[in-house]
Amino acid sequence: MTSLEFRNVTKRYRVRGGGRSSELLAVNEVSFTLESGRTVALVGQSGSGKSTIAKLLLQLERPSSGQILLDGHPIGRRGRGLQEYRHHVQMVFQDPFASLNPYHTVAHHLARPLQLHHRAHGRPDVTAAVDRLLERVSLTPARQMAAKHPHELSGGQRQRVAIARALAPEPSMLIADEPVSMLDVSIRLDVLNLLAELQRQENLGVLYITHDLATARHFSDDILVMYKGRIVESGAADQVILNPQHEYTKLLAAAAPNPERRLAQMNR
Amino acid sequence: MSQQTATRTDVVLRASHVSVDYEGDSPTHAVRDVSIELSRGEVLGLAGESGCGKSTLAYAVTRLLQPPGRMVAGTVEYFDAVDDRPTDLLALDPIALRAFRWSKVAMVFQGAMNSLNPVTTLRKQFDDIFTTHQPQMDKAERVRAAGDLLERVGVERARLRSYAHELSGGMRQRVGIAMAMALDPQVMIMDEPTTALDVVVQREILDEITRLRSELGFAVIFITHDLPLLLEISDRIAVMRAGEIVELNTAYELYTNPQDPYTRQLLASFPSLTGDRGDFIRTGVHDDRLDGRDDRTKAARAERNAAERRESNDLA
Repeated sequence: MTSLEFRNVTKRYRVRGGGRSSELLAVNEVSFTLESGRTVALVGQSGSGKSTIAKLLLQLERPSSGQILLDGHPIGRRGRGLQEYRHHVQMVFQDPFASLNPYHTVAHHLARPLQLHHRAHGRPDVTAAVDRLLERVSLTPARQMAAKHPHELSGGQRQRVAIARALAPEPSMLIADEPVSMLDVSIRLDVLNLLAELQRQENLGVLYITHDLATARHFSDDILVMYKGRIVESGAADQVILNPQHEYTKLLAAAAPNPERRLAQMNR
Repeated sequence: MSQQTATRTDVVLRASHVSVDYEGDSPTHAVRDVSIELSRGEVLGLAGESGCGKSTLAYAVTRLLQPPGRMVAGTVEYFDAVDDRPTDLLALDPIALRAFRWSKVAMVFQGAMNSLNPVTTLRKQFDDIFTTHQPQMDKAERVRAAGDLLERVGVERARLRSYAHELSGGMRQRVGIAMAMALDPQVMIMDEPTTALDVVVQREILDEITRLRSELGFAVIFITHDLPLLLEISDRIAVMRAGEIVELNTAYELYTNPQDPYTRQLLASFPSLTGDRGDFIRTGVHDDRLDGRDDRTKAARAERNAAERRESNDLA
C-alpha cells in the first residue's frame, strides 16, 4: 500500500513582460492523496494548473511551498532519493509522437528503464522482460514489435509503448497526463481500457489528468475539479458529475457536448 | 425550368463524384468518388478520424487544394440565392475564383492562431478583405464594418487595434468567424474550429455559431472528429472513412439507428457523460422506434457488460 500526498502545495511562477515582473499562482494550496488501487481524475480547463500538478509530481518542478510526501516521507531532491521515488511514480505523457526517441527501437525504450531500475540484468533477462512488457500492453508478436522504431507504429501503438515503459520500473503510482487526447477517437477507449485493466492487475494508484469529463467519470473512482490553481470540488466520480455542487463544475458539465440533450428535445 | 428553380432554392453547394489524389510515386487516393449536397441554411457535419479525407474534401470543393493534392474527377456547383444560374466552380478562371472565394464561400480554420497575420493589426486584416472585394468602401466605412463584425461575435470594437498575440485562443477563433462573415457568404466551411479550444470556450463558440446561423441563414459544413459535438449541432452528418462517405443521414437517425459498423464504432468511442456508469456504448436516447431495430448495439452492450462482470468476479 503506497500513498502519495500533496500537502498544501503552492507553485508560483515569475512572469516577465513589458519590463515588469509579476507572479502567477499556478497551483494554490492544493492538498490531495493518491493511494494504490484507486484511480483519481484531475479535470479542469486549459490553464487551470493540471499540468503543473503533473510536473510537481514528477519532480520536474519544486513546490514554492508545501510538501509532497511518499508514504509520509519527503522526497529526495536528487541522486538515490530521487531514483527511489521514480521506482514508485511513473508517467505517461500526452504526445506519443514526442515522447519516444525516433532514433531508438521499441526494445531500447523498454530496456533502459528495466536496467536503470535494476529490474532485469543481462541480455537474455532483459529481452524476456521487454517481451513480457509488450505482451502486457497487447503489442504482439512481441519480438517483432520490439525491433520497430517509433515511426513504424501508429499513435495508439506508440502510446502502448509509452505505457509499457512507464510500467517497466514496476511503479505503484502512474501519472497519465491527457494520455489519449492526441489519439484517434476510435482507439481512445481501447487505450483507456488497457490502463484501467493494468491498474486493477497491478493495484496501481492512477492520476488521470484530463479535460474530458465523460471519460473521467467512467474511469475513475474519484474526481478532483481544478479551477485557477485550486481544487474547487472533489468526491466520488458519479457524485461530482451527476450532482455537481460548485458553479465551475456545473459549467464544465454543461459545456461538454451532450447529444442526448438535443435529441431528447427533438424526440419530444 | 421548374426543376432548376427547385434546385436553386434547396441546394447551395453540390459536389458530384469528387475524387482527390495526392500525387507521388504511388498516388494516395484521399477522396474517392464522393457526392454530397449542402442545403441552404443547413449544418452538415463531416465526421471522421485523421487521414479520412474530410479536410481534403472540404478543400477540394472550395478549390483550395495545393499540389500535390489534385482533384482528379468530379464537379462542384454553387447555387446562389440571388443569381439564377449555377456556378461551376471548376470552370472559374483565377480572377472569377478570387471574387467568388470569401464572398460566397468562406472558411474558418482550426488554427486560429495561424490563420491570423501576426505582424499586422486586426483592422488591417479586415481592410484586406474589404479592399479586395468591395473597393468602393472608404476607410471610415471599412472601420465601421469591421467593428460591427467584431461586436457581432462578442469582441469589443476597440480590439481592431490589437494584434493576434494579444487575444486569447477563444477570441482569435471569434475573430476568425467574424472575418469569414465579412462578405455575408452563403456557405461557411469550418474545419475543426473548436478542436484547439478547451470545453468551456468551445461551448461559447458553438453557441455563437448556432446563433449567427439562425440570424444570418448561412449553410455550414462543420468538420470534426468529435461525433457527439456534431450530433448536437448538425442537421445531417456524413461519416467518412478512407476517403469515402460510409454513412449520411440526419443527426437523429445516425444516432438512434446507425447503419454502418464504422459509425457504430465511432459512436461507441465516446462514453456518455450522464449514462450508466461503465456503459461505454452509446445507445442513444430512449426511443420506442429503436426497440428491435438496434439489436446489434444492444447485443454488443450486453456482451460487454457480461464481460466486465466476469472480469470483476475473477478479480474479487
